[in-house]
Amino acid sequence: MTLLEITLLTPLLGGLVLAFVGHRPFGGWINVAICAVTFGASLAMALDVFAHGPHLSRGRMFYIDAFNVYLVALTAFVGMTSAIFSRPYMRHEVERGRVTALRLRLYHSMYQCFIFTMLLALSANNLGILWVAMEAATLSTVLLVSLYRTPEAIEAAWKYFILCGVGIAQALFGTVLVYFAAEQKLGAERDDIMLWTVLHGAQVGALDPAVITLAFVFLLVGYGTKVGLVPLHSWLPDAHSEGPTPMSAVLSGLLLNVALYALVRVKMLVDASLQTNLAGHLMMGFGLLSFTVAGLFLHRQHDIKRMYSYSSIEHMGLMTFAFGMGGPLATYGALLHMTVHSLTKSAIFVTVGHASQLAGTQRIDKIRGLIRTQPAIGWGLLIGTVAIAGFPPFGVFISEFLLLMATMKAWPWLAIPLLVGLGVAFAGLFRHLQPMVFGEPPPGQKPVEANMLPVAVHLFLVLWLGLSIPAFLSGWFEQATLLISGVSLR
Amino acid sequence: MLAELSLFSQAIILFAALVLLTSFIMLGQMRTMPLIFTFAWQGLLLAVVTVLVAHVSKHPHLYVSAALTVGLKVVLIPWLLHRLSVQLNMQYDSEELAHPSLLLLGGAALVIFSYYVSLPIVHLSGLATRNTIAVSIAVELIGMLLMIVRRTAVAQVIGFMSMENGLFFSAVVSTYGMPLIVELGVAFDVLVAAILFGVFFIHLRDSLDSLDVNRLNRLSEADDAVPLPETISAPPTGTHS
Amino acid sequence: MDSQLIAWAHAAVQALLFVAAAPLLTGWVNRVKCHLQNRAAAPVWQPYRDLAKLLRKRMVLAENASWLFRDVPYIVFGAMLLAAAVVPLVAVRLPTAAIADVIVLVGFFALARFFTALAGLDIGTAFGGMGASREMMVSALAEPAMLMAVFTLSMTAATTNLSIATEYILQAGLVLRPSFLFALLGLAMVAVAECSRIPVDNPATHLELTMLHEAMILEYSGRYLALIEWASQIKLMIYAVLIVDFFFPWGIARDFSPAALAISAVAVTAKLMLLGVVLVAWETVLAKKRLFRVPQFLGSAFLLSLLGMLSHVVLETGG
Repeated sequence: MTLLEITLLTPLLGGLVLAFVGHRPFGGWINVAICAVTFGASLAMALDVFAHGPHLSRGRMFYIDAFNVYLVALTAFVGMTSAIFSRPYMRHEVERGRVTALRLRLYHSMYQCFIFTMLLALSANNLGILWVAMEAATLSTVLLVSLYRTPEAIEAAWKYFILCGVGIAQALFGTVLVYFAAEQKLGAERDDIMLWTVLHGAQVGALDPAVITLAFVFLLVGYGTKVGLVPLHSWLPDAHSEGPTPMSAVLSGLLLNVALYALVRVKMLVDASLQTNLAGHLMMGFGLLSFTVAGLFLHRQHDIKRMYSYSSIEHMGLMTFAFGMGGPLATYGALLHMTVHSLTKSAIFVTVGHASQLAGTQRIDKIRGLIRTQPAIGWGLLIGTVAIAGFPPFGVFISEFLLLMATMKAWPWLAIPLLVGLGVAFAGLFRHLQPMVFGEPPPGQKPVEANMLPVAVHLFLVLWLGLSIPAFLSGWFEQATLLISGVSLR
Repeated sequence: MLAELSLFSQAIILFAALVLLTSFIMLGQMRTMPLIFTFAWQGLLLAVVTVLVAHVSKHPHLYVSAALTVGLKVVLIPWLLHRLSVQLNMQYDSEELAHPSLLLLGGAALVIFSYYVSLPIVHLSGLATRNTIAVSIAVELIGMLLMIVRRTAVAQVIGFMSMENGLFFSAVVSTYGMPLIVELGVAFDVLVAAILFGVFFIHLRDSLDSLDVNRLNRLSEADDAVPLPETISAPPTGTHS
Repeated sequence: MDSQLIAWAHAAVQALLFVAAAPLLTGWVNRVKCHLQNRAAAPVWQPYRDLAKLLRKRMVLAENASWLFRDVPYIVFGAMLLAAAVVPLVAVRLPTAAIADVIVLVGFFALARFFTALAGLDIGTAFGGMGASREMMVSALAEPAMLMAVFTLSMTAATTNLSIATEYILQAGLVLRPSFLFALLGLAMVAVAECSRIPVDNPATHLELTMLHEAMILEYSGRYLALIEWASQIKLMIYAVLIVDFFFPWGIARDFSPAALAISAVAVTAKLMLLGVVLVAWETVLAKKRLFRVPQFLGSAFLLSLLGMLSHVVLETGG
């Protein structure tokens, strides 16, 4: 049983087990334990790949290389910390009566299934299986978004289902077109032409440009919907804010990354076939649009989770822009940004979950004086927002700095909207954050039981990555940069 | 030219055109039950096309795909939708279409657009079924149009499933079907999606007392929209808010 | 020269046969309908007796009837006669087919309809005006559908000449064409509308407010009425023969040998009888639509014809 198989099968089996025992008092602990096993296996696998190079599984169904190995480890890690956070949080929700025992079983079981589908998507070599896993990831979270069964939650879940379903269907058509183009080039007798490794290999040469362009457009629309690119983003603020907070943390932190990963994988195929940089330009356009629009929408929000969801859209737009621009500097920055954004955003959502429990509401104008009532939460939120806004010495600053450097080298004029957008987003976040953290607390506000350890660990990691990136991680990033952009960083 | 193709290839083209016809019928069909039946018919015609393509192209795994289509899209999903409609007492519902003729003309425009989009593919392809690629794209786009325009949840679900029909069809005629493992995965996804839709209908009905999705309008960006209620202080489970 | 004369003779005979056989088709349709409704049926040649009766009767004209009112029956009958000459009934390769192609055929129908509408308005009665306006609305919606169906067929045969088109389809053998399927459905729906059958118009109605075509000719009597009735029977037969020619042309004679002509006559009779039965079944199953629903009906006909055209361009042409 290889490490990869352990990594994939553990959450799947865990989901099955939790479907039966998820509502018991120890259900939350089992959830954490399964996530810990998954994380351990993924870490071992990562070390293995670091030592021995890319790993192609039996039957060539799965492929772990420099690009997805750290994403696999990151997904398992954030899944684990979110599971640690979700155990007392969901118990609290059950005590308050917002979630029944049956729904708790559903929640735990779907949580593990969701982790499984994300890991499947990350490690799949077959483009069709990648699509199936992305769709399955959507399906496994739909019922979780509507877990509280309020009209808003049901509306959010319906919108999520329909919009992502339509978008993903376009991605399937794009996949069919890629398959078609590959068949033209490689012949139909082979049964492995949907494998990414085969398509990317040097002997393939150029796939037909017209078909591949069409395919990329459909795939960009499809996977771009899941990334949250404007104008296909309208499901995102609703879905991320209406579900339980652990869901918001993993959706914002992990699923967006996986969708972007799928998009970049496809872009790598397209770049090899097209002479022009059309794919890159399209991604840059959508990325910049998302970044700008989300930054502006940040100011108008009344719900704290919606505000941070728009921040997610903004950062995903930034990453899409960076990947679209190409080049070693921007790609390295984007890879780093994927990691630090995931860690920071999930930490923020965990803190927000505690803050809203403390204040009894999610409305920004009703949350006040967090730092007075429970300093851990107040400081956590403050530091987290500082980190996500791009302040040094946190990791986000490094990645945004790299991106700006790359932009100024390649597209100097585009640096201006980037800087302006960053400023606008910073203003929006702090304008809402300031009264929440430092305002006068309403009378009778009491501290809640909160385990801030996951938040502290995440923020510490982000700080570490900002100060100095460890050698093995940097090595990975460089390998991935070489793979994606074709040019080495040095 | 058509006359030079074998009778089986002509039959493929004929049935593809009939699938397109069912798409148009669904576009103009206002009542719920006939809509579900037309969708079942579309699935059946699609299965027939798949069997014909399997025969012409000598790809036996397409027989399995056809059987999967029949099981899922002709039997299971229409049965599920039918049962839900009866259970939620909406089998006699019909909706008023604002401009049915405009809608149908829009569908025709989508057919022309699909033809234009598929020209580079058709030129490259050497398959006997390449002419039907445009039809498959049109079926998918008309399914999307159905989802956009219709107000009832059942019609939106049928539009979604019709999109999947078009996608499956496009895979069959442009590449003689995708590898079986992928087809199985897609079918599994569709099945789970159908079940989830069913669950959703019950939730929507309980929450809104109707399946008119225009009533889902609480979450929006407008400043003076309905202010978000205190979501944490929702009533305990078992009562409606 | 000799063969030319023979061809023209055959053409003339066919045109006369067409005109003479038209009431027979109507009689057959009425008879089948009576059987289906469990009534005692009149014999098949009852329309001949009706026409003869009308020809003998004295005409009553309104005082303010103009020359138009008196001339329209002849114009209409003449147009139908010309149209009948163009459509191949028992033989293709007739010289009369070169007089007019299928678009001019549609024009003949439009000519007849135009003058009938004017005649309806001529006297100044309320029902005449009502019938004229309704008929014009229906035909304005039906004509695009018909032309679209006809274009589809002409594009396949690469000609609008009816005779050559029929022969092309005959020679191609059994080919499954989706464009033909859709065009058949569209043309059938248009034929129903143009010939004033159910669900657009009830030919047997006595209630003036429900009439479309009948209302225009309410004032006609005697010889004029006979000519107009005969003209509408010829119109029904023309549409039926058009459908037979385009979609089921097997059996039609390609030369003038007696054997071929005999087979063709038998074949076309059988097909027309079958079409009559189909028409009666259709009329029995459906109910007459209210006037404001007729545009929807014709819209579906247009959509079907459009689909036929699109499937021809998308599916049937190209390498």
